[in-house]
Amino acid sequence: MFAVLIDQFWALTIAGLALGFIYVLISLGYTMVYGVLRMINFANSEIFMWGTFGTVITSRDIFHYTQVSEPETGFKLALVLFSSLLMSMLVAGLTAVFVEFVAYRRLRMRGTNRLATLISAIGISIVLSEIMRLLTDSRPVGSPRILEKTILTEIWGANIRLDTVITIFAAAIIYVILERFVKLSRMGKAIRAVSMNEDAAKLMGVNLNRVITATFLVGGLATGAAGFFYITVFEYTKFNIGFTMGLAAFTAAVIGGIGNIRGAFYGGLALGLLEVYASAVLGTQWKAVTVFVVLVLVLLFKPNGLFGEAVQTTRA
Amino acid sequence: MKIRNYWNLRDWGAGIWERSGRPARVLIAVTTIFLVGLLPFAGASFLATPIAAYDAVLVYPVAVFVLMALGLNIVVGKSGLLDLGFVAFFAIGAYTMAIMGTTTGLNTWQIMPFGIAFAMIAGVVLGLPSLRLRGDYLAIVTLGFGEIVRLVLLNSSWSNGPNGIANVPMPPDIGPLKFKLDDQKVFFWVVLVMILLTIWMIRRLSVRRPGRAWEAIRQDEDAAELMGVPTLKYKLWSFSLGAAVGGAAGVLYASKNLFIAPEMFTLNVSILILACVVFGGIGNIWGVVIGAMILGYLPDRIRFISDARLLVFGLVLVIVMNFRPDGLLPRKKREKAVVKRGVNA
Repeated sequence: MFAVLIDQFWALTIAGLALGFIYVLISLGYTMVYGVLRMINFANSEIFMWGTFGTVITSRDIFHYTQVSEPETGFKLALVLFSSLLMSMLVAGLTAVFVEFVAYRRLRMRGTNRLATLISAIGISIVLSEIMRLLTDSRPVGSPRILEKTILTEIWGANIRLDTVITIFAAAIIYVILERFVKLSRMGKAIRAVSMNEDAAKLMGVNLNRVITATFLVGGLATGAAGFFYITVFEYTKFNIGFTMGLAAFTAAVIGGIGNIRGAFYGGLALGLLEVYASAVLGTQWKAVTVFVVLVLVLLFKPNGLFGEAVQTTRA
Repeated sequence: MKIRNYWNLRDWGAGIWERSGRPARVLIAVTTIFLVGLLPFAGASFLATPIAAYDAVLVYPVAVFVLMALGLNIVVGKSGLLDLGFVAFFAIGAYTMAIMGTTTGLNTWQIMPFGIAFAMIAGVVLGLPSLRLRGDYLAIVTLGFGEIVRLVLLNSSWSNGPNGIANVPMPPDIGPLKFKLDDQKVFFWVVLVMILLTIWMIRRLSVRRPGRAWEAIRQDEDAAELMGVPTLKYKLWSFSLGAAVGGAAGVLYASKNLFIAPEMFTLNVSILILACVVFGGIGNIWGVVIGAMILGYLPDRIRFISDARLLVFGLVLVIVMNFRPDGLLPRKKREKAVVKRGVNA
């Protein structure tokens, strides 16, 4: 049972890290919005799904690659990958802002109950996934292979593939940029102020609407970047991939302590590794069960997640 | 002169009810039940569903959704516990029926108590550890529980994995009333009776100690605890009563559908039932009934726009929630919990 795990430990670890970094970026979408609004952004999974289509559109429709195209190299490769990444981030960021505008804003202004907002967010996520289902005829969409998945080197018997390396490093860089943005920029400061105390922030002259839009935008950008990396590694997308990925990323955010950006980082990596190890030991079909059991255990013993919420409050 | 708000259907209805004496109330109730009982015969009118058989739609989703929404309303509406894993209890009821129905000689009515009991036990098992959590965290743990139940059913051999269980027996005939696949009126009437029993149970409980305890817990759990309400006990009761209703719905569903598989019990069902509760008017029995009827019926009624019907469904949720955040028929104002502003709101 554990033989597989010991045998392929390093290969699994690297695969787990790549998956983990994808989760980290999606969890950021959940955690940022939660930090500011204290609300689960149910539509984030669909924002991610739209983000994956950003990459597909760029490589397939803008650069006209097809399934049989030769993989690119050199400068052209960097250009295509980079513009795909930007396109995914842009699509997801705009979708997130749209979600905030349509599903959240009016209810937030009226200060009504949380459940209405939750259902409204669920409604908009149904709308987003249905639009994509109609556009793609419910079919999975393959992405052209731009990046050849060459094996760079072998460490301790594990093949290091180019796409996983790119995913791990680029995702880490994007994470650091976003984290610095929230920590150092003026807007980041405003976001943190609102998440600590909405009323006090308002009194200090923070433009609440702008901060909330910015939060959705930043969360959407991170989620969109995750969409790009997902395509780089798995090379296909479908209108319903958001659900599983979103649920897992959300679990990651909760494990790390939702509302806490650093928590999303550790939670995402922990979940990526856990999923890969659990599939190796127990079989793929028990992967999700393990994840949820761990989630329940974490919440029971550390109800605020491993790293706590960003703002410590007793929750009512 | 008092200006009457003709759009306030809730107060209008409640007014008529409160002004009537006992005989008038009995008359109203009997007439309403009779009219609702006649619904399966209205298939030829504008109510007809374009593609699915009308009487089948009336049983599932409409009537079963109403039943489940009433069960979930005990948890979410009465005691304010957000449960996103309600489908688990539905699944437990359905699988109890399927497994016991195919392996033992018992019929649907004999299995019903087992289904309810197992669902209630599951409610307690889930509730004991998780009811210490509050708000969103409870929602997440229940969501996880719902997924665990589905995945275990999907991956276990005793539940026949993804293939599901076929040949679940139909309920035996009740006197002259025969259960048939192509004519589901009798199923509808059975669910209707179950709905009435549930409404009766909720109304009785609401005016007694448990109802007051739930109300106190929903408005302010800490204050309730300080006033000496054994909150965990009543939260567990609310959880397992909701589970019982879900389990009963599951038993009947399996027996009606003759075949069940894990894919019928996804998170989407939990979310849909929660949407029924919030859409209709959380905490208000009649609101919940109407919400579940609309949300159960709408997708089948608009099947003529076949492909876009879920899209329309999503849009309806967004629009109604934005313009009527308390649902179509909200509960009375005095029953509304004080909305806490700031970090806790």
